[in-house]
This record gives sequence, C-alpha cells and structure tokens, in this order.
Amino acid sequence: MTDIPAAFLTALRLIVTLDPQLAGIVGRSLYVSLSAVVIAGAIGLPLGAAIAVYRFPGRRAAIVLLNGLMALPAVFIGLTVYLLVSRAGPLGFLGILFTPAAMILAQCLLITPIIAALSHQVLRALYESYREQLCSLGARPRQIVWTLLWDARFGLTTVVMAGFGRAVAEVGAAIIVGGNIDRVTRVMTTTIALETSKGNLSLALALGVVLVLVAVGVNALAALLSGATAPRG
Amino acid sequence: MSILPLMLDGVSLRRDGRVLIDDVSLTIAAGPKTVILGPNGAGKSLLLRLCHGLIGPSAGRVRWSGPEAGSARRRQAMVFQKPVMLRRSVRANIAYGLRLHGHAAAVRAARIDRVLARTGLAALAERPAAVLSGGEQQRLALARAWALEPDVLFLDEPTANLDPGATGAVEAIVAEMHGGGAKIVMTTHDLAQARRLADEVVFLQRGRVAEHAPAADFFAAPASEAAAAFLAGRLFW
Repeated sequence: MTDIPAAFLTALRLIVTLDPQLAGIVGRSLYVSLSAVVIAGAIGLPLGAAIAVYRFPGRRAAIVLLNGLMALPAVFIGLTVYLLVSRAGPLGFLGILFTPAAMILAQCLLITPIIAALSHQVLRALYESYREQLCSLGARPRQIVWTLLWDARFGLTTVVMAGFGRAVAEVGAAIIVGGNIDRVTRVMTTTIALETSKGNLSLALALGVVLVLVAVGVNALAALLSGATAPRG
Repeated sequence: MSILPLMLDGVSLRRDGRVLIDDVSLTIAAGPKTVILGPNGAGKSLLLRLCHGLIGPSAGRVRWSGPEAGSARRRQAMVFQKPVMLRRSVRANIAYGLRLHGHAAAVRAARIDRVLARTGLAALAERPAAVLSGGEQQRLALARAWALEPDVLFLDEPTANLDPGATGAVEAIVAEMHGGGAKIVMTTHDLAQARRLADEVVFLQRGRVAEHAPAADFFAAPASEAAAAFLAGRLFW
C-alpha cells in the first residue's frame, strides 16, 4: 500500500491544475445534482408547507409515508427509474435511459421526499405560532403556505442543502440509470466506484477530495448565508 | 355603517368532554369599550376567539347583525397576548395585513406611515420585527391592526406581559383607536386596567356570563356573588 501517498499527491495535482477530465466530471456531477435539487425543491418545499397547513383525511399517513420515503435506498430508485424509462417501460418513449436526464429524474425522486419531510418539520412549528394571527388577518391556506415558505427561507436553505448533499453523494441510482458512460453520464461517485475497482486510485482520490470539498463548501455557504442575513433574536 | 351588533345566542364550547364556555347569550353593541373580565381559566380568551371566529362553537350561534355584516371577516382585527411577529421588517409586518385585505400599494404606504407615526414606531420602520422589545412588538401588533381600520378590535390580555410604561402606551393607543370609531372588546384579569378602560363589563365565571353591566354600576355594586368576590380579591369557586 505504499502507493497511497503517491496517489494522494497525484490527486492534489489533478485538483490544483484543474485537470480537464476531472473538471468535466465535477461539472457534470454539479449539473445533474443541482438540476435535481432545483426541481425537487420546487415540488418538495410547497408540498412540505401544504402538509403543515392543510387538514385532510389521511394527513397523518402522508407524513408517515413521507418520513419513510426519506430512507429509500438509491439503488431501489435507480431500478425503478430504469424500469420506467427503459425501452419497454411506460416512459420508454422519452428515450432518456443512460442520459443525464434519467439521472436527474432519479435524484429528484430520491430527494423530493427528503426536502418535503424536512421542510414540513421546519414549518410545522412556525405554522403553530402564526396560525391564529394569519387567520385573524384573513389569510387563506394558500397564502399561509407562501408566507411560511418566505418567513422560513433561511431554515429551508439548510433543508435544500441536505437534499443536495444526498443527491450529489449517491451512487446507486446514477450508475443504474446513467450507465457511467464516459463524458456523458459519468459523475463523481460513479467514477470513484469505477476507478477504485480499476486500481486508479489517484483519480478516485482526487474526486473523493472534491466531493468532500463540495459537500462541506455548500453547507458552509448555507450556514454563512443564514447566519449573515437571518433576523437576530 | 358597521358590522355591529355582535350577537351570541346560546354559545357553548366543549373540548374533551369539558364544558369551557357554557350557554352564553350576549349582545355586543357599537359604542362603549367592552371589557371581558374574570379570573384565569374563566374562558375569557376562548370567548374572544369565538367572537372573532378563530374557533367555532360546539353549540349556539355567533353572528354579526349590523348593516355591513356581510363583510364582517375583513372588518375586525385582533391583538393577542403574545404578539405574533412575522420574520420581516416592522413596515413589512403592517404591509402584510393590508396586502391580504387587497389594498393597493399607494394606500398601503400612506396607512403604514400614519400608524407608524401614531404608535411611535416610525424610527423603527426598517428594523426586523423580531428584534423589537416586548412593548414595541405589542405596539406593532396594534399598528398592524389599526392599519386595517377595523370596525371592531379584539384584544386578548394585550398587556399581560408588559411593564407599566409599555402598558400605558398600549392603553393610550387603544383609547385613540376607540376615539376614531373602532369598537373595543378586550379581555383582562387586571382589575385596575378594567377600571381604567371599561365602559361596560362582561364578567365571566367558569365559562358563564355572570354579569353584563355598565362599568360604573359594575364596580359600584356588582350584582353577582362571583363578581363581588372577584372585586374584593376573594377566591370564589
């Protein structure tokens, strides 16, 4: 195992010199996961807020289901999306199997429940404290939903970041529906899996380091954003 | 033209088998400041919420029977014991209610400036509401209600958490709103405050209206035993 320090040095060189292959993979990873988190946020945030505000039959069951879906394994979602978008599947006509679009779809399915369940938890307490005042002012449930989303925007940033973290770090779904095709669907996690099994540790390590940096950086940014602009007290 | 009078007809509220408001029939007419007085747990806050429509009665009817009753929802406002501040600036807190009521931007700006000046908050307009002191927050809650120019203002123990100075400021604003034509319906357990503010008193005892009388009569010679005991500072179960 003497080549680990050497691999690490090569990894650092790849990062510092902005190796084109590395940069391409990182860019693709960010493209896929950011797209997924934008779509999942657009669905999950209002969904979480609506479940906090509206009272409907089966609401409790919906919350339990949502919390359960947070734990869905990525490989299972990958398999499901594979069956959906493969030639014979109901969405086969889209022809998106082994494309970034399929990966975005899979990551969306993976993190929408996470964003919805976590935002529900954040907004439930806020709704309790706002409810009477907003009703007194004549707000309708739909208006209450948007008020909650706006007033909790700093807390919800963290929720969205958690979703992004899950999306960018998952490997199971990306490899099944993306196929790990070089320059097309190869992202950080799938490359690490591939290069490690090939014994090409330096590229794997470099990507591992970038992955950690992205995860930490994004969360630091979120903390900075909410810390700098959140109302005090 | 007003949404008043407010008529409560045999109103009861039951929760988990307990009777919290018990067959209350009451007419609240335009004009005098009405103070709902009573010990803790008498049901004052619940009665106020029933009047305002935040909760529905288990039995009986709450109805506005004035000429403008059709728009009752938009012509009443409420200030709570613990002011609820939206996580926005002082100005945006007031604008929020006006926007819900469908007022145009120009109307909003004019009304906001007016109520900020009248409640002494003009200098704090751009501050986040969350950083205000308790007294300032309650004044903002009043300003937010005032901007809506309600026919009726409900206040639920608005000074229970405030020091004497802030209490005085709140009472002065309430008096000024009343002077401007708003009907005041306020709960309190504070006898001194009731004496200062009330034109008429609804005395509540264990979910029932024990007495409904002009303030002068009530404080001089309470008709009910429960009210007499409360005024004398004795416990009465």
